[in-house]
Amino acid sequence: MTALSTFLYRRPALYVTLLLIPPLLWFGTVYLGSLFALLAQSIYSIDEFTAKVVYEPTLATYKQVITQAANVDIILRTLSMAVAVTIACAAIALPIANYMVRYAAPRTRALFYVGVMLPMWMSYLVKVYAWRLILAKQGILSWLFDTLGLGAALEALLRVPGIGGPSLSASYLGMFIVFVYMWLPFMILPLAAALEKVPESLLQASADLGARPAQTFRTVTLPLALPGLAAGSVFTFSLTLGDYIIPSVVGAPGYFIGMMVYAQQGTAGNIPLAAAFSVVPIVLIMIYLTLAKRAGAFDAL
Amino acid sequence: MTAAIEFRDVSRVYGEVRAVDRVSLTVEAGEFFAMLGPSGSGKTTCLRLIAGFETPDSGSVLLNGRDVTDDPPYVRDVNTVFQDYALFPHMSVLENVAYGPRVRGQRKEDWQRRALEMLELVQLGHFAERRPSQLSGGQRQRVSLARALINQPRVLLLDEPLGALDLKLREEMQIELKNLQRRLGITFVFVTHDQGEALSMADRVAVFNHGRIEQLDTPRALYTRPATAFVARFVGSANVVAGELAQRLSGRAEPFAVRAENIRLRAPAAPVNGDTMSCIGDVADVQYHGAMSRWQVRLESGEVFAAAVPDTNSNDEFRVGARVRLEWARGDAVPLTAAESS
Repeated sequence: MTALSTFLYRRPALYVTLLLIPPLLWFGTVYLGSLFALLAQSIYSIDEFTAKVVYEPTLATYKQVITQAANVDIILRTLSMAVAVTIACAAIALPIANYMVRYAAPRTRALFYVGVMLPMWMSYLVKVYAWRLILAKQGILSWLFDTLGLGAALEALLRVPGIGGPSLSASYLGMFIVFVYMWLPFMILPLAAALEKVPESLLQASADLGARPAQTFRTVTLPLALPGLAAGSVFTFSLTLGDYIIPSVVGAPGYFIGMMVYAQQGTAGNIPLAAAFSVVPIVLIMIYLTLAKRAGAFDAL
Repeated sequence: MTAAIEFRDVSRVYGEVRAVDRVSLTVEAGEFFAMLGPSGSGKTTCLRLIAGFETPDSGSVLLNGRDVTDDPPYVRDVNTVFQDYALFPHMSVLENVAYGPRVRGQRKEDWQRRALEMLELVQLGHFAERRPSQLSGGQRQRVSLARALINQPRVLLLDEPLGALDLKLREEMQIELKNLQRRLGITFVFVTHDQGEALSMADRVAVFNHGRIEQLDTPRALYTRPATAFVARFVGSANVVAGELAQRLSGRAEPFAVRAENIRLRAPAAPVNGDTMSCIGDVADVQYHGAMSRWQVRLESGEVFAAAVPDTNSNDEFRVGARVRLEWARGDAVPLTAAESS
């Protein structure tokens, strides 16, 4: 046993290789392998008459995705929702994460962490359906608006074209609320992690040099929180781009990318189109990350 | 002329701990003032009270004669060099130094010129475009100094600024800081746990222990005339003699201090001079320090004395376990007058 240990200790490369082979096999085949198998389908097309996949490399399916007006609509609708959800999550998460890290006493901070993560321990479907009830026409939210005498305000809000609808649960506004609720923890946690790495002395130095609290927030806290903001927004952005359950349970009838992938590879049996659609979020995230990098989001790393 | 800093009966309490306990002190304008003490003695809290990062629970803090007790840091005319330098990692060296003028809304031409001047002052002009992470510890320390001085504060606070530097750099920076202070005429308040640093740099030193000032004096007075046993031990590494032994040696019950370098080692049978005090013990340990050696000698009554003896061959007769006579001049016994704070 000692001889084996010594043998491996003297050959770190071999040791690391032996340790890494099983997890790498798992990661390579199950994670990346299946993903590439799906993506590979996107360069094929489907025969319109036989509904069979034609195994000849072609860009026709991609062309279909980015030229057909209905498909472009789906992409734009999903993208706008993802952008709106990401901005809202960031706006809500930043003060919460800052409070947790900077001001809360250790006990309160622990409570906040539990509070942030508690909803994530519950079934996703249960939460979505619960929200459908909360947002329903006779639901608790409209009751609350009525009780506060704001029923008219809610009606006016629901009459706004684009985001409105017959009720909150059948509007893009309602869908937006559920998305924000669902992905908020994914924004708070990386943000809190980033803010925790900012030493207190930096904020004190800023105040010491004459910066008022708002200036310190803008020139020190925010730039140093950017990597966390970037990480969190990749979560909220990509989760919104890929989700198909929330748009099918809550909100207006328009299709989202995730629903399209689900419909195409399931009922329609058009695997190439489903695959091409799943490439869209990947490309959008890559564009987003490039823009974020160019804006200096990762400079403080 | 009004004092640069004045504490009036200032206390700061954390739960059960009185970090600063009814401290009153005055720092004159243009003075190089050191706050010396072990960790947890309250010296850093005092510095933070001056900067405004802490608010006293009672008492008041005055800067240049004005009560600033409730003023936030960003309106106080003081700047701080932090122990960890606290340089902004997402800004260049130039932007770090220019931070003060920038948040005060100075024009770009002005802050750029001023920041470059400050960087020249600390001899880092050609590092302006670097990031703090690309600098060495000593260079970061200079940037931090330039950043604090650009606002032309009346008081500069330094929180253990040399703690993270190696010995040679630390000695260079001590001289440089001292020169800088003389040239700029700014009041420097310097927090350190290193008594050598405090003695060599400061005009006056406040020795802190348990949240109180044990003694506030010039370095020479602290070293030669410590008022309490704590100061004698902490500043001079002196031997404190108290109780029965003090009675036997000096004829009086008051405790007194003898510095290690004033003690000579003699053979037990050597003749005793009337102007000296002496006692006999066994060598417990010898540490070689180059120019001198530090001897630990245990008396029969249990007390341990430290004697710093120049390293000469004449001590060769004494080994660990050998019996020696400790001897010092009566004049080298410094009576400890002030009462010991608990």
